[in-house]
Amino acid sequence: MTHSVTLISGTSKGIGRYLAEYYCGRGHVVYGCSRSAPDWSHKSYSHLLADVTDESQAKAVFSQIRRERGRLDNLINNAGIASMNHSLLTPLATVRRVLDTNVAGCFLFCREAAKVMKNSGYGRIVNFSTVAVSLNLEGEAAYVSSKAAVEALTRVLAREFGEFGITVNSIGPVPIATDLIKGVPSDKIQRIVQMQAIKRMGRYQDISNVTDFFVQKGSDFITGQNIYLGGL
Amino acid sequence: MDMREQIIELIIQTAKDLGSDQIGTADDLSEETILFGKNGVLDSMGLVTLVIAVEQEIEDRYEVSTALADEKAMSQAHSPYRTVGTLADYAVAQMDNG
Repeated sequence: MTHSVTLISGTSKGIGRYLAEYYCGRGHVVYGCSRSAPDWSHKSYSHLLADVTDESQAKAVFSQIRRERGRLDNLINNAGIASMNHSLLTPLATVRRVLDTNVAGCFLFCREAAKVMKNSGYGRIVNFSTVAVSLNLEGEAAYVSSKAAVEALTRVLAREFGEFGITVNSIGPVPIATDLIKGVPSDKIQRIVQMQAIKRMGRYQDISNVTDFFVQKGSDFITGQNIYLGGL
Repeated sequence: MDMREQIIELIIQTAKDLGSDQIGTADDLSEETILFGKNGVLDSMGLVTLVIAVEQEIEDRYEVSTALADEKAMSQAHSPYRTVGTLADYAVAQMDNG
């Protein structure tokens, strides 16, 4: 039996860590990366230290996977940062940092993944958006703009990579209790939850349910799509 | 054989390995072979395929990471991918930078 080779970015904690452990449990050979070493391990998991915005570090991640496995089946582009602030109080440096990590980092990983996936004529890429895009959520201008760009990037890359057998889709989670939203006031979280068709916080399993759908082999005709959780 | 000559040989071999459907009808590839643009042997997808394959072959053979992506890739006049020779020049320069 051939094990799927899956790379997940931003695996030191939160959703990334959950997905890494989840796919290890599903029999995948999982590679993960983040800027710092994780405080967890798994026999099917290899961690690579890399900043997703650094081109040479990113290329080294994919070189290692190609060298060790000869292929890459799935990329889950989870790494991202948020900025919750009124636009009038947001420093330009913050905007650039958010765009660099969430858009340029995502672009770079998609590009390098596609180079490896193209060799085998097969690949699944899942990017991360947010329901905040659908809601045009005030107070998150830089973050929402960056994730809107990720959705557009997903649609364009789906077209560019389609003929290589690579699908590119994205998921837009609702608030899930992670470090990313720990600084967001609870009344604001509740306001988002109340705008959903199904009024509850997200769970990690909600994410893997959608990534499972996107990465399964039978989803070879599903590309350029975004799925928002919670009914937005 | 200097590095430029080695890379020219690598590009030609890589192009041949990719098969005739991606290098048009060119049988005799040389330094002067026009890869892309007017009278080029590759269409845009063939160019993408060749450049990525060359990038990976350089990485495998010389253990250096190169990025052959370039802003002027699709430019008719200034593309570093215009001929086998210009692609070799560009690759050698990127390897030196790396």
